[in-house]
Amino acid sequence: MADARVADVAVVGAGPAGIAAATVAAEHGLRVLLIDEGPRPGGQIWRHRADAPPERARRWIDRLQRSGVARLSGAAVVAIEPGFQLLAEREGGAVSISAKTVVLATGARELFLPFPGWTLPNVLGVGGAQALAKSGASFSGKRVVIAGSGPLLLPVAAHLARSGARVSLVAEQAPLGSVLRFAAGLWRAPAALVDAARYRRAFRRARYRFGAWVVEARGEARVEEVILTRAGRTWTEPCDVLCTGYGLVPATELARLAGCRIDAGGVAVDALQQTSVEGILCAGEPTGVGGLGPALVEGTIAGLAAAGRAQEAHRLGGARRRGRKEALRIERAFRPREELSRLARRSTVVCRCEDVTLGQLESSRSAREAKLSTRAGMGPCQGRVCGPALRYLFGWESDTVRVPISPVSLETLGAIASPEENR
Amino acid sequence: MIAITIDGERVSVEEGATVAAALWNAGVARFRSSVSGAPRGPLCAMGICHECRVTIDGVPHRRSCLVEVAAGMTVETRG
Repeated sequence: MADARVADVAVVGAGPAGIAAATVAAEHGLRVLLIDEGPRPGGQIWRHRADAPPERARRWIDRLQRSGVARLSGAAVVAIEPGFQLLAEREGGAVSISAKTVVLATGARELFLPFPGWTLPNVLGVGGAQALAKSGASFSGKRVVIAGSGPLLLPVAAHLARSGARVSLVAEQAPLGSVLRFAAGLWRAPAALVDAARYRRAFRRARYRFGAWVVEARGEARVEEVILTRAGRTWTEPCDVLCTGYGLVPATELARLAGCRIDAGGVAVDALQQTSVEGILCAGEPTGVGGLGPALVEGTIAGLAAAGRAQEAHRLGGARRRGRKEALRIERAFRPREELSRLARRSTVVCRCEDVTLGQLESSRSAREAKLSTRAGMGPCQGRVCGPALRYLFGWESDTVRVPISPVSLETLGAIASPEENR
Repeated sequence: MIAITIDGERVSVEEGATVAAALWNAGVARFRSSVSGAPRGPLCAMGICHECRVTIDGVPHRRSCLVEVAAGMTVETRG
Protein backbone atom coordinates (compact mmCIF):
# COMPACT_ATOMS: atom_id res chain seq x y z
CA MET A 1 0.00 0.00 0.00
CA ALA A 2 1.50 3.29 -1.07
CA ASP A 3 1.60 6.49 0.93
CA ALA A 4 -1.14 8.75 -0.48
CA ARG A 5 -1.24 12.53 -1.03
CA VAL A 6 -4.02 14.75 -2.31
CA ALA A 7 -3.59 18.21 -3.83
CA ASP A 8 -5.35 20.68 -6.10
CA VAL A 9 -2.17 21.07 -8.11
CA ALA A 10 0.75 18.66 -8.37
CA VAL A 11 3.88 20.32 -9.74
CA VAL A 12 6.54 17.94 -11.02
CA GLY A 13 10.02 19.42 -10.84
CA ALA A 14 11.33 22.02 -8.37
CA GLY A 15 13.54 24.07 -10.67
CA PRO A 16 12.71 27.73 -11.38
CA ALA A 17 9.61 26.94 -13.48
CA GLY A 18 8.21 24.50 -10.92
CA ILE A 19 8.99 26.80 -7.99
CA ALA A 20 7.25 29.72 -9.73
CA ALA A 21 4.21 27.64 -10.71
CA ALA A 22 3.83 26.08 -7.25
CA THR A 23 4.38 29.36 -5.38
CA VAL A 24 1.96 31.40 -7.49
CA ALA A 25 -0.75 28.72 -7.36
CA ALA A 26 -0.40 28.40 -3.56
CA GLU A 27 -0.48 32.19 -3.14
CA HIS A 28 -3.90 32.06 -4.79
CA GLY A 29 -5.17 29.64 -2.17
CA LEU A 30 -4.65 26.30 -3.90
CA ARG A 31 -3.32 23.21 -2.15
CA VAL A 32 -0.09 22.53 -4.00
CA LEU A 33 2.31 19.61 -3.84
CA LEU A 34 5.77 20.16 -5.33
CA ILE A 35 7.55 16.93 -6.22
CA ASP A 36 11.26 16.72 -6.99
CA GLU A 37 14.00 14.12 -7.25
CA GLY A 38 16.53 16.29 -5.48
CA PRO A 39 16.86 16.87 -1.76
CA ARG A 40 15.85 20.54 -1.90
CA PRO A 41 14.19 23.01 -4.29
CA GLY A 42 16.23 24.77 -6.95
CA GLY A 43 16.60 22.26 -9.76
CA GLN A 44 19.87 22.14 -11.64
CA ILE A 45 20.41 25.83 -12.25
CA TRP A 46 19.77 26.72 -8.61
CA ARG A 47 21.37 23.57 -7.27
CA HIS A 48 22.90 24.27 -3.90
CA ARG A 49 24.04 22.72 -0.67
CA ALA A 50 21.78 22.85 2.38
CA ASP A 51 23.53 25.90 3.83
CA ALA A 52 23.98 28.08 0.76
CA PRO A 53 21.20 28.82 -1.70
CA PRO A 54 22.55 31.05 -4.48
CA GLU A 55 21.73 34.75 -4.17
CA ARG A 56 19.38 34.97 -7.17
CA ALA A 57 17.47 31.90 -6.04
CA ARG A 58 16.96 32.93 -2.45
CA ARG A 59 14.08 35.32 -3.15
CA TRP A 60 12.06 32.67 -4.97
CA ILE A 61 12.91 29.92 -2.51
CA ASP A 62 11.93 32.14 0.45
CA ARG A 63 8.68 33.00 -1.31
CA LEU A 64 8.07 29.29 -1.98
CA GLN A 65 8.57 28.51 1.69
CA ARG A 66 6.14 31.24 2.77
CA SER A 67 3.49 30.21 0.25
CA GLY A 68 2.46 27.03 2.04
CA VAL A 69 3.41 24.65 -0.78
CA ALA A 70 3.76 21.06 0.46
CA ARG A 71 6.92 19.38 -0.75
CA LEU A 72 7.80 15.84 -1.66
CA SER A 73 11.58 15.67 -2.05
CA GLY A 74 13.74 12.81 -3.25
CA ALA A 75 10.80 11.45 -5.21
CA ALA A 76 10.69 10.58 -8.90
CA VAL A 77 7.32 10.52 -10.65
CA VAL A 78 7.25 7.28 -12.64
CA ALA A 79 3.62 7.05 -13.74
CA ILE A 80 0.70 9.35 -14.52
CA GLU A 81 -2.90 8.37 -15.17
CA PRO A 82 -5.98 10.36 -16.11
CA GLY A 83 -7.79 11.92 -13.23
CA PHE A 84 -4.91 12.63 -12.31
CA GLN A 85 -3.16 9.92 -10.37
CA LEU A 86 0.60 10.11 -10.15
CA LEU A 87 2.92 7.54 -8.70
CA ALA A 88 6.28 8.56 -7.30
CA GLU A 89 9.19 6.37 -6.32
CA ARG A 90 10.92 7.38 -3.11
CA GLU A 91 13.43 5.78 -0.81
CA GLY A 92 11.34 3.80 1.62
CA GLY A 93 8.36 3.31 -0.66
CA ALA A 94 5.99 4.52 -3.30
CA VAL A 95 3.81 7.61 -2.98
CA SER A 96 0.53 7.98 -4.85
CA ILE A 97 -0.61 11.51 -5.59
CA SER A 98 -4.07 12.58 -6.58
CA ALA A 99 -4.45 16.06 -8.16
CA LYS A 100 -6.95 17.93 -10.34
CA THR A 101 -4.25 19.86 -12.19
CA VAL A 102 -0.71 18.81 -13.00
CA VAL A 103 2.13 21.17 -13.93
CA LEU A 104 5.04 19.45 -15.64
CA ALA A 105 8.25 21.37 -14.98
CA THR A 106 10.65 18.53 -15.60
CA GLY A 107 13.44 20.69 -17.02
CA ALA A 108 16.05 19.72 -19.55
CA ARG A 109 19.11 17.56 -19.76
CA GLU A 110 22.39 17.67 -21.60
CA LEU A 111 22.76 16.44 -25.13
CA PHE A 112 25.68 14.02 -25.27
CA LEU A 113 27.07 12.95 -28.62
CA PRO A 114 29.12 9.76 -28.66
CA PHE A 115 32.80 9.80 -29.67
CA PRO A 116 35.58 7.29 -29.02
CA GLY A 117 36.45 7.34 -25.33
CA TRP A 118 33.38 9.22 -24.14
CA THR A 119 32.54 6.46 -21.65
CA LEU A 120 35.85 6.81 -19.75
CA PRO A 121 35.64 7.90 -16.12
CA ASN A 122 36.23 11.65 -15.67
CA VAL A 123 34.52 12.45 -18.95
CA LEU A 124 31.68 14.50 -17.52
CA GLY A 125 28.87 16.56 -18.89
CA VAL A 126 29.44 20.32 -18.87
CA GLY A 127 26.39 20.74 -16.66
CA GLY A 128 27.44 17.49 -15.03
CA ALA A 129 30.76 18.95 -13.92
CA GLN A 130 28.99 21.98 -12.53
CA ALA A 131 26.45 19.81 -10.71
CA LEU A 132 29.23 17.67 -9.25
CA ALA A 133 31.16 20.77 -8.14
CA LYS A 134 28.05 22.31 -6.60
CA SER A 135 27.40 19.12 -4.68
CA GLY A 136 30.80 19.20 -3.02
CA ALA A 137 33.31 17.75 -5.49
CA SER A 138 36.69 19.47 -5.57
CA PHE A 139 38.27 20.26 -8.94
CA SER A 140 41.20 22.05 -7.35
CA GLY A 141 44.44 21.45 -9.24
CA LYS A 142 42.77 19.29 -11.88
CA ARG A 143 43.60 19.92 -15.53
CA VAL A 144 40.27 20.47 -17.23
CA VAL A 145 39.32 20.66 -20.90
CA ILE A 146 35.82 21.90 -21.69
CA ALA A 147 34.63 21.01 -25.19
CA GLY A 148 31.07 21.21 -26.34
CA SER A 149 28.57 23.87 -27.23
CA GLY A 150 26.20 26.46 -25.91
CA PRO A 151 25.94 29.28 -23.41
CA LEU A 152 26.66 26.88 -20.51
CA LEU A 153 30.36 26.49 -21.39
CA LEU A 154 31.30 29.92 -20.05
CA PRO A 155 29.77 29.89 -16.57
CA VAL A 156 31.01 26.33 -16.03
CA ALA A 157 34.56 27.22 -17.14
CA ALA A 158 34.45 30.23 -14.81
CA HIS A 159 33.03 28.24 -11.91
CA LEU A 160 35.66 25.50 -12.21
CA ALA A 161 38.52 27.99 -12.65
CA ARG A 162 37.41 29.97 -9.60
CA SER A 163 37.32 26.78 -7.56
CA GLY A 164 40.95 26.09 -8.38
CA ALA A 165 40.76 23.92 -11.50
CA ARG A 166 43.47 24.42 -14.13
CA VAL A 167 41.17 24.97 -17.09
CA SER A 168 43.47 24.77 -20.12
CA LEU A 169 41.05 24.98 -23.02
CA VAL A 170 37.44 25.88 -23.74
CA ALA A 171 36.40 24.61 -27.17
CA GLU A 172 33.08 25.77 -28.63
CA GLN A 173 32.06 23.74 -31.67
CA ALA A 174 29.98 26.56 -33.15
CA PRO A 175 31.91 28.79 -35.57
CA LEU A 176 32.98 32.21 -34.31
CA GLY A 177 30.58 33.90 -36.77
CA SER A 178 27.53 32.18 -35.29
CA VAL A 179 28.56 33.05 -31.76
CA LEU A 180 29.22 36.70 -32.71
CA ARG A 181 25.82 36.98 -34.41
CA PHE A 182 24.24 35.52 -31.30
CA ALA A 183 26.14 37.94 -29.06
CA ALA A 184 25.18 40.90 -31.25
CA GLY A 185 21.55 39.98 -30.71
CA LEU A 186 22.04 40.32 -26.98
CA TRP A 187 22.00 44.14 -27.13
CA ARG A 188 18.61 44.05 -25.47
CA ALA A 189 20.13 42.05 -22.61
CA PRO A 190 23.41 43.82 -21.82
CA ALA A 191 23.59 41.99 -18.48
CA ALA A 192 24.22 38.76 -20.37
CA LEU A 193 27.21 40.32 -22.14
CA VAL A 194 28.57 41.67 -18.85
CA ASP A 195 28.21 38.15 -17.40
CA ALA A 196 30.03 36.67 -20.39
CA ALA A 197 32.94 39.11 -19.98
CA ARG A 198 33.14 38.34 -16.28
CA TYR A 199 33.18 34.60 -16.95
CA ARG A 200 35.91 35.00 -19.55
CA ARG A 201 38.04 36.90 -17.03
CA ALA A 202 37.63 34.06 -14.54
CA PHE A 203 39.15 31.56 -16.97
CA ARG A 204 41.50 34.02 -18.69
CA ARG A 205 44.48 31.64 -18.46
CA ALA A 206 42.68 29.13 -20.68
CA ARG A 207 42.57 29.23 -24.46
CA TYR A 208 39.07 29.84 -25.80
CA ARG A 209 38.51 28.45 -29.30
CA PHE A 210 35.55 28.53 -31.64
CA GLY A 211 34.87 25.96 -34.35
CA ALA A 212 36.87 23.43 -32.31
CA TRP A 213 35.66 20.09 -31.04
CA VAL A 214 36.85 16.91 -29.36
CA VAL A 215 37.21 13.88 -31.63
CA GLU A 216 38.52 11.34 -29.12
CA ALA A 217 39.24 10.84 -25.43
CA ARG A 218 42.01 8.46 -24.40
CA GLY A 219 43.09 6.87 -21.14
CA GLU A 220 43.14 3.65 -19.14
CA ALA A 221 41.42 3.95 -15.77
CA ARG A 222 40.19 7.44 -16.64
CA VAL A 223 40.61 10.08 -19.33
CA GLU A 224 44.25 11.18 -19.67
CA GLU A 225 44.23 13.12 -22.91
CA VAL A 226 41.83 14.34 -25.56
CA ILE A 227 42.27 14.86 -29.26
CA LEU A 228 40.71 17.99 -30.66
CA THR A 229 40.33 19.42 -34.10
CA ARG A 230 39.91 22.91 -35.52
CA ALA A 231 40.17 24.18 -39.07
CA GLY A 232 41.69 20.91 -40.27
CA ARG A 233 44.37 20.85 -37.59
CA THR A 234 44.33 18.09 -34.95
CA TRP A 235 46.14 18.18 -31.64
CA THR A 236 46.35 16.37 -28.29
CA GLU A 237 45.57 18.00 -24.99
CA PRO A 238 46.51 16.28 -21.71
CA CYS A 239 43.87 16.50 -18.98
CA ASP A 240 42.45 14.96 -15.81
CA VAL A 241 38.85 15.84 -16.62
CA LEU A 242 37.01 16.41 -19.89
CA CYS A 243 33.69 18.25 -19.74
CA THR A 244 31.58 17.75 -22.83
CA GLY A 245 27.98 18.47 -23.79
CA TYR A 246 26.16 19.96 -26.77
CA GLY A 247 23.52 22.07 -25.14
CA LEU A 248 20.27 20.99 -23.57
CA VAL A 249 17.28 18.96 -24.72
CA PRO A 250 13.80 19.12 -23.17
CA ALA A 251 12.91 16.33 -20.73
CA THR A 252 9.57 15.15 -22.10
CA GLU A 253 9.15 11.56 -20.83
CA LEU A 254 6.37 12.31 -18.36
CA ALA A 255 4.55 14.55 -20.84
CA ARG A 256 4.78 11.85 -23.52
CA LEU A 257 3.58 9.24 -21.04
CA ALA A 258 0.56 11.45 -20.28
CA GLY A 259 -0.18 11.69 -24.01
CA CYS A 260 0.74 15.37 -24.44
CA ARG A 261 1.48 16.40 -28.00
CA ILE A 262 5.16 16.98 -28.78
CA ASP A 263 6.19 19.57 -31.32
CA ALA A 264 9.78 19.83 -32.63
CA GLY A 265 11.15 17.95 -29.62
CA GLY A 266 9.31 20.03 -27.00
CA VAL A 267 5.92 19.78 -25.31
CA ALA A 268 3.34 21.78 -27.29
CA VAL A 269 1.57 24.38 -25.13
CA ASP A 270 -0.78 27.34 -25.64
CA ALA A 271 -0.31 30.87 -24.26
CA LEU A 272 -1.47 29.64 -20.82
CA GLN A 273 0.99 26.70 -20.79
CA GLN A 274 -1.89 24.27 -21.34
CA THR A 275 -0.76 21.08 -23.12
CA SER A 276 -2.92 19.04 -25.50
CA VAL A 277 -4.20 17.12 -22.44
CA GLU A 278 -6.78 19.17 -20.52
CA GLY A 279 -5.59 19.80 -16.96
CA ILE A 280 -1.92 19.15 -17.65
CA LEU A 281 0.18 22.30 -17.93
CA CYS A 282 3.83 22.44 -18.84
CA ALA A 283 6.35 25.20 -18.13
CA GLY A 284 10.01 25.96 -18.73
CA GLU A 285 12.54 23.82 -20.56
CA PRO A 286 10.26 20.88 -21.53
CA THR A 287 8.46 23.26 -23.88
CA GLY A 288 11.75 24.34 -25.50
CA VAL A 289 15.08 25.17 -23.89
CA GLY A 290 15.21 28.89 -23.05
CA GLY A 291 16.94 29.17 -19.69
CA LEU A 292 16.09 30.83 -16.42
CA GLY A 293 14.13 33.88 -17.60
CA PRO A 294 11.51 32.09 -19.70
CA ALA A 295 11.25 29.32 -17.08
CA LEU A 296 10.23 31.81 -14.38
CA VAL A 297 7.77 33.57 -16.70
CA GLU A 298 6.17 30.32 -17.89
CA GLY A 299 6.06 28.91 -14.36
CA THR A 300 4.29 32.06 -13.17
CA ILE A 301 1.81 31.81 -16.07
CA ALA A 302 1.15 28.14 -15.27
CA GLY A 303 0.57 28.97 -11.59
CA LEU A 304 -1.87 31.75 -12.51
CA ALA A 305 -3.62 29.55 -15.08
CA ALA A 306 -4.00 26.75 -12.54
CA ALA A 307 -5.60 29.27 -10.18
CA GLY A 308 -8.03 30.43 -12.89
CA ARG A 309 -6.33 33.82 -13.29
CA ALA A 310 -6.15 33.71 -17.07
CA GLN A 311 -6.29 37.47 -17.47
CA GLU A 312 -3.29 38.10 -15.24
CA ALA A 313 -1.47 35.26 -16.98
CA HIS A 314 -2.10 36.81 -20.41
CA ARG A 315 -0.43 40.01 -19.21
CA LEU A 316 2.87 38.10 -19.18
CA GLY A 317 2.42 37.16 -22.84
CA GLY A 318 5.00 39.67 -24.10
CA ALA A 319 7.74 38.39 -21.79
CA ARG A 320 6.78 34.85 -22.74
CA ARG A 321 7.13 35.51 -26.48
CA ARG A 322 10.49 37.26 -26.02
CA GLY A 323 11.73 34.25 -24.06
CA ARG A 324 10.65 31.84 -26.79
CA LYS A 325 12.40 33.94 -29.43
CA GLU A 326 15.61 33.92 -27.42
CA ALA A 327 15.37 30.13 -27.10
CA LEU A 328 15.21 29.83 -30.90
CA ARG A 329 18.24 32.09 -31.26
CA ILE A 330 20.27 29.92 -28.90
CA GLU A 331 19.21 26.79 -30.76
CA ARG A 332 20.21 28.27 -34.10
CA ALA A 333 23.57 29.68 -32.97
CA PHE A 334 24.78 26.54 -31.20
CA ARG A 335 23.32 23.79 -33.38
CA PRO A 336 25.79 20.86 -33.37
CA ARG A 337 27.76 20.70 -36.63
CA GLU A 338 27.36 17.77 -38.98
CA GLU A 339 30.93 16.51 -38.37
CA LEU A 340 29.94 15.57 -34.81
CA SER A 341 27.67 12.84 -36.13
CA ARG A 342 30.65 11.03 -37.66
CA LEU A 343 32.93 10.82 -34.60
CA ALA A 344 31.72 7.46 -33.25
CA ARG A 345 33.41 4.39 -34.72
CA ARG A 346 31.78 0.99 -35.19
CA SER A 347 33.31 -0.06 -31.85
CA THR A 348 32.16 3.07 -29.97
CA VAL A 349 29.52 2.45 -27.32
CA VAL A 350 26.38 4.48 -28.01
CA CYS A 351 23.97 3.07 -25.39
CA ARG A 352 26.02 3.25 -22.20
CA CYS A 353 23.56 1.26 -20.07
CA GLU A 354 23.64 -1.82 -22.29
CA ASP A 355 27.03 -1.24 -23.97
CA VAL A 356 25.54 -1.26 -27.47
CA THR A 357 28.03 -0.10 -30.09
CA LEU A 358 27.45 1.93 -33.22
CA GLY A 359 28.27 -1.15 -35.30
CA GLN A 360 25.49 -3.13 -33.62
CA LEU A 361 23.01 -0.38 -34.42
CA GLU A 362 23.84 -0.11 -38.10
CA SER A 363 21.33 -2.68 -39.30
CA SER A 364 18.38 -1.07 -37.47
CA ARG A 365 16.07 1.45 -39.08
CA SER A 366 14.35 2.95 -36.02
CA ALA A 367 14.78 3.41 -32.27
CA ARG A 368 12.11 0.75 -31.73
CA GLU A 369 13.89 -1.75 -33.96
CA ALA A 370 17.25 -1.00 -32.33
CA LYS A 371 15.68 -1.52 -28.91
CA LEU A 372 14.26 -4.90 -29.87
CA SER A 373 17.37 -6.22 -31.57
CA THR A 374 20.16 -4.68 -29.44
CA ARG A 375 18.57 -3.54 -26.13
CA ALA A 376 19.72 0.03 -26.89
CA GLY A 377 17.63 2.32 -24.67
CA MET A 378 16.38 -0.49 -22.43
CA GLY A 379 18.78 0.06 -19.52
CA PRO A 380 18.27 2.06 -16.33
CA CYS A 381 18.37 5.47 -18.05
CA GLN A 382 15.61 4.33 -20.41
CA GLY A 383 17.12 6.00 -23.43
CA ARG A 384 17.56 9.40 -21.80
CA VAL A 385 21.22 9.55 -22.89
CA CYS A 386 21.28 7.51 -26.10
CA GLY A 387 17.79 8.59 -27.27
CA PRO A 388 18.74 12.19 -28.17
CA ALA A 389 22.05 10.90 -29.57
CA LEU A 390 20.26 8.43 -31.85
CA ARG A 391 17.94 11.20 -32.95
CA TYR A 392 20.98 13.25 -33.90
CA LEU A 393 22.98 10.40 -35.48
CA PHE A 394 20.21 8.63 -37.40
CA GLY A 395 17.19 10.92 -37.19
CA TRP A 396 15.32 8.30 -35.13
CA GLU A 397 12.54 9.60 -32.94
CA SER A 398 12.50 8.11 -29.43
CA ASP A 399 10.41 5.01 -28.91
CA THR A 400 7.11 5.16 -27.01
CA VAL A 401 7.37 5.82 -23.28
CA ARG A 402 6.13 3.16 -20.92
CA VAL A 403 5.38 2.98 -17.19
CA PRO A 404 7.51 3.17 -15.09
CA ILE A 405 9.58 5.88 -16.81
CA SER A 406 12.57 5.21 -14.53
CA PRO A 407 13.64 2.14 -12.55
CA VAL A 408 11.53 1.43 -9.45
CA SER A 409 11.51 -0.93 -6.48
CA LEU A 410 9.37 -4.08 -6.54
CA GLU A 411 7.02 -2.43 -4.08
CA THR A 412 6.39 0.49 -6.45
CA LEU A 413 6.02 -1.94 -9.32
CA GLY A 414 3.35 -3.66 -7.25
CA ALA A 415 1.54 -0.34 -6.77
CA ILE A 416 1.61 0.18 -10.55
CA ALA A 417 0.32 -3.33 -11.21
CA SER A 418 -2.66 -2.94 -8.83
CA PRO A 419 -3.50 0.78 -8.77
CA GLU A 420 -6.87 0.32 -6.97
CA GLU A 421 -4.98 -0.54 -3.78
CA ASN A 422 -3.57 2.95 -3.71
CA ARG A 423 -6.89 4.63 -3.30
CA MET B 1 33.13 16.77 8.65
CA ILE B 2 31.61 13.34 9.06
CA ALA B 3 32.99 9.83 8.60
CA ILE B 4 31.77 7.36 6.01
CA THR B 5 33.23 4.10 4.73
CA ILE B 6 34.17 3.79 1.05
CA ASP B 7 35.09 0.26 -0.05
CA GLY B 8 36.12 -0.64 3.48
CA GLU B 9 38.14 2.51 4.12
CA ARG B 10 37.02 5.18 6.54
CA VAL B 11 37.14 8.65 5.05
CA SER B 12 36.23 12.04 6.35
CA VAL B 13 33.78 13.91 4.13
CA GLU B 14 32.08 17.25 4.14
CA GLU B 15 28.55 17.32 5.41
CA GLY B 16 25.97 18.19 2.76
CA ALA B 17 28.02 16.71 -0.08
CA THR B 18 26.54 14.03 -2.29
CA VAL B 19 27.96 10.53 -2.24
CA ALA B 20 29.20 11.10 -5.80
CA ALA B 21 31.15 14.18 -4.67
CA ALA B 22 32.55 12.27 -1.69
CA LEU B 23 33.75 9.45 -3.97
CA TRP B 24 35.24 11.97 -6.41
CA ASN B 25 37.12 13.73 -3.61
CA ALA B 26 38.39 10.38 -2.34
CA GLY B 27 39.96 9.82 -5.76
CA VAL B 28 37.52 7.14 -6.94
CA ALA B 29 37.19 7.25 -10.74
CA ARG B 30 35.53 3.89 -11.32
CA PHE B 31 32.13 3.99 -9.65
CA ARG B 32 30.80 0.87 -11.33
CA SER B 33 31.52 -1.60 -14.11
CA SER B 34 29.44 -1.56 -17.26
CA VAL B 35 27.65 -4.70 -18.49
CA SER B 36 30.79 -5.59 -20.47
CA GLY B 37 33.11 -4.74 -17.58
CA ALA B 38 34.34 -1.29 -18.57
CA PRO B 39 35.01 1.32 -15.87
CA ARG B 40 32.35 4.01 -15.49
CA GLY B 41 31.93 7.13 -13.42
CA PRO B 42 29.43 9.99 -13.24
CA LEU B 43 28.40 11.71 -16.48
CA CYS B 44 25.36 13.89 -15.87
CA ALA B 45 25.61 14.14 -12.06
CA MET B 46 21.91 14.93 -11.94
CA GLY B 47 20.17 11.59 -11.77
CA ILE B 48 19.61 10.96 -15.47
CA CYS B 49 22.38 8.72 -16.75
CA HIS B 50 22.61 6.21 -13.89
CA GLU B 51 26.37 5.88 -14.52
CA CYS B 52 27.26 6.74 -10.91
CA ARG B 53 25.37 3.81 -9.36
CA VAL B 54 26.94 2.36 -6.22
CA THR B 55 25.83 0.29 -3.25
CA ILE B 56 24.90 2.48 -0.28
CA ASP B 57 24.29 0.87 3.11
CA GLY B 58 23.77 -2.44 1.39
CA VAL B 59 21.25 -1.14 -1.15
CA PRO B 60 22.60 -1.65 -4.68
CA HIS B 61 22.08 0.64 -7.70
CA ARG B 62 21.70 3.89 -5.77
CA ARG B 63 22.47 6.95 -7.86
CA SER B 64 25.29 8.47 -5.82
CA CYS B 65 24.68 11.93 -7.33
CA LEU B 66 21.24 12.11 -5.71
CA VAL B 67 22.12 10.88 -2.22
CA GLU B 68 23.74 13.06 0.43
CA VAL B 69 26.36 11.60 2.74
CA ALA B 70 25.33 10.67 6.28
CA ALA B 71 27.51 9.78 9.27
CA GLY B 72 28.38 6.10 9.33
CA MET B 73 27.26 5.49 5.76
CA THR B 74 28.84 2.55 3.93
CA VAL B 75 29.52 2.91 0.20
CA GLU B 76 30.69 0.17 -2.12
CA THR B 77 31.71 0.80 -5.72
CA ARG B 78 31.99 -1.54 -8.72
CA GLY B 79 28.72 -3.27 -7.85
